[in-house]
Amino acid sequence: MAKYHITAEINGDEVEYLCEPEQTLLDVLRDELNYTGTKEGCGSGDCGACTVMMNGRHVCSCLVMGVEANGAKIETVEGMADGEKLHPLQEKFIEHAALQCGICTPGILVASKALLERNPDPTETEVRYWLAGNLCRCTGYDKIIRAVMDAAAEMRGN
Amino acid sequence: MSIAEADRPEGKEYKQIGRRIKRPDGVDKVTGRARYGADLNLPGMLHGATLRSPHAHAVLVSIDTSKAEALTGVKAVVTRDDFEEQPDEMAAAGELPVNYMHVVRNVMAREKVLYDGHPVAAVAATSMTIARKALKLIEVKYEVLPHVIEPDEAMKDDAPILDETLFTDGVDPKPTKPSNVSKIVKIKKGDVEAGFGQAEVIVERTYHTKPVHQGYIEPQACVASYSEDGSGELWVTTQGPFMYRSFTARLCGMDVSKLKVTPSEMGGGFGGKNNVYGEPVAMVLSRKSNRPVKMVMDRGEVFRATGPTSGGHMTVKLGATKDGRITAAKADLAFQAGAFPGAPVGPATMTAFACYDLENVLATGYDVISNRPKVAAYRAPGAQVIAFAVESAMDELAKKLEIEPIDLRMKNAAKEGTRAAYGPVFGPIGMVETLQAIKDHPNYNVPLGPNQGRGVASGFWFNIGGETSVTMNLNEDGTVALLVGNPDIGGSRASMSMMAAEELGIEAEDVRVSIADTGSLGFNFLSAGSRTTFAVGKTTIEAAREVITEMKARAAKIWDIPEDAVVWENGQARPASTNAGEFEPLSIVEIAKKASTTGGPISGHVQTNVTGAGPSLATEAVDVEVDPETGQVKILRVTVAQDAGKAIHPSYVEGQFQGAAAQGIGWALNEEYIYDKDGRLENPNFLDYRIPVASDLPMIDTVIVEVPNPNHPYGVRGIGETSIVPVMAAVNNAIENAIGVRMENLPMSPPKVLKAIEENS
Repeated sequence: MAKYHITAEINGDEVEYLCEPEQTLLDVLRDELNYTGTKEGCGSGDCGACTVMMNGRHVCSCLVMGVEANGAKIETVEGMADGEKLHPLQEKFIEHAALQCGICTPGILVASKALLERNPDPTETEVRYWLAGNLCRCTGYDKIIRAVMDAAAEMRGN
Repeated sequence: MSIAEADRPEGKEYKQIGRRIKRPDGVDKVTGRARYGADLNLPGMLHGATLRSPHAHAVLVSIDTSKAEALTGVKAVVTRDDFEEQPDEMAAAGELPVNYMHVVRNVMAREKVLYDGHPVAAVAATSMTIARKALKLIEVKYEVLPHVIEPDEAMKDDAPILDETLFTDGVDPKPTKPSNVSKIVKIKKGDVEAGFGQAEVIVERTYHTKPVHQGYIEPQACVASYSEDGSGELWVTTQGPFMYRSFTARLCGMDVSKLKVTPSEMGGGFGGKNNVYGEPVAMVLSRKSNRPVKMVMDRGEVFRATGPTSGGHMTVKLGATKDGRITAAKADLAFQAGAFPGAPVGPATMTAFACYDLENVLATGYDVISNRPKVAAYRAPGAQVIAFAVESAMDELAKKLEIEPIDLRMKNAAKEGTRAAYGPVFGPIGMVETLQAIKDHPNYNVPLGPNQGRGVASGFWFNIGGETSVTMNLNEDGTVALLVGNPDIGGSRASMSMMAAEELGIEAEDVRVSIADTGSLGFNFLSAGSRTTFAVGKTTIEAAREVITEMKARAAKIWDIPEDAVVWENGQARPASTNAGEFEPLSIVEIAKKASTTGGPISGHVQTNVTGAGPSLATEAVDVEVDPETGQVKILRVTVAQDAGKAIHPSYVEGQFQGAAAQGIGWALNEEYIYDKDGRLENPNFLDYRIPVASDLPMIDTVIVEVPNPNHPYGVRGIGETSIVPVMAAVNNAIENAIGVRMENLPMSPPKVLKAIEENS
């Protein structure tokens, strides 16, 4: 079976991989490269658990083919912390008990980071609509929204 | 040591209980380090895939796997021929016991396929791509039979019969014809007909709900590895590793001792991960291929083939005197069990009127099979379905009596000493307190605008204890390792560490909780029935007290005084009575350091069948705004007041309340299984089966009511389930308050609400 040779940047590292034409970026991340922090909840772009950054945009990695990532810059949840220092969003999610089972958390963190990079001072409504593509079945979203708002405030220096 | 009575009187100051500590598994879960069911990859591992029936009901005539087996990269194929027949024998599985005869047929179809998605064969191959190709090469001959989806149709005399050997249980004399009604259960107290005779006002109405799925975001996933020596290991996302061990061992013909199950982190369960599906299949594939096999469901498989909860057809009748005293309450309910018996009609009939202190009650439940996936537990199984009908009826009764709905509930509320229709006399329970909490909440007095409405409803859930085994080891530096057998669903590592630390007099951060594999502890029942914080917590406290007893003995040895002359206070052993002040206290750290010279390692191990779970009651208020143009219902405010007994970690108690409320709102407004005329599920994905998203909901306000459970040292009840019970009725009552029409069918989606508005105008 013919595989494609792909080179991409993942969390700042140059990574090469071979990928079948039908493999998604999510399959490659999880099954070929062991970046299992990115989760699969649906495989159809409906749940957001597989959200990663691709060239500065947040995407469902289950809707991106592995071969499309050639030359791309990918950021996953594994790259959010700065060494031992957690990203403020990660800190606030723990502090606000914004996760229960934690399966949606990586995708929601990556999507929230994308929001705060564009809009450092979002309203509650803006956070809710931005995260409408990221399903959480445990929390009712309340503590997630509070954690994102609080992280935004901290990152603004309030 | 047994703990019979609450030994922490109210007002006692806690040092750890009630803190909002950072959960010990928090960093792993925000960095992607935590490993869930699908996150394990083993050397040489194969990928499993399942061929599923496209028919709702058909005879499985033949299965030819030869072409699939011949495909390069395919290492094993399994069908019904690889599973031994199982006897007609019931086994515990959370709130809903199951029958081995049915479990083996649900895992892999035998004589017939009984629902769209029923497994027919499975393959293991060197890649998922090859496994999928192999599935297409399996030739299955079906003889399609007439099917039936809805329980009212399945109960008709001329309905297609799913199981010719099934005769309705609970009918005297025993029926002579097979039926889709597997059993009829009754809960009876007093005389309802006499009670209705005393009534001055009567309401009666029929309600319907649809099956809904637990909707956990992590699909079922496992890695099975069978060794040539006949032993096996299973890595799996599950609410009950010990239950998965018993089921998998049984279906694979293994001794329990030969199978080790390691629970992964679990990405949501809500009752849906109490039962095995692909796990025994993966184990048999591994045995046939001599390689580890990973089986991961896709979302479509989760919807088509794992248990949703039952839809219900229910008629509720209430009678009351003009002053609001309920004289009789009657419910008839038929629940979909799916393809095999086991709908939660027991819990539904038992809980139907458990919120109230009533003289005359009759609840009759019909467990009905039809061509749908076998139902599984879902957060207070059955109680939420019947509560939709009962609590809507309560609202209707209040309106007719011109009494505030909360006051009608208050007047009839169950309290300490009430004998429930299902048998027990309640100890202290928090029904009145949760009603009062809602009445006192600022949300309850916010003025409503046009097209807005407010609804209230209450709910009850038993909670359970069950078999529990924990080990606590004092480490050599004075920190503590606690081993528990129940997967952490929503912060239980944190709450266990807090209860252990409270007893020991140390900081919760100094207790590290690990979730054991099945080789490391005695049997533990599922993380289900809201039992974990109560039962595992109580057992943890007992284990801590064993450790304290041993530490006191070590101190006595060091000081050379009698053991009963040592007391444990604030994490230190102190000499007491005549020796008080004679010796410097010994801290847990000092005792740990000296353990090797005073008798060896110090540990506590407790295994018990925990009893004394305290029911948890909840009352909730929901405000809605109904768009008169579209029928869309917007949720404006949600307030949940639930009795926790005692909140160990308040943030995670609030989180359970909020999550349950959100699930209930989805159930009320959007979620349903939709079948086409051929009995195929039309919406097996998160686009068409729409669970609430962040922009659908407001903040969810919570009130933690604390009426201590006398059977737990700190008063803990369980809190994971009750808060979903009132939601659908509260939303319905709010819609009625807004539009003046009472809805009878879930989900209350825009077309249905719009139709109701139009018919009313």
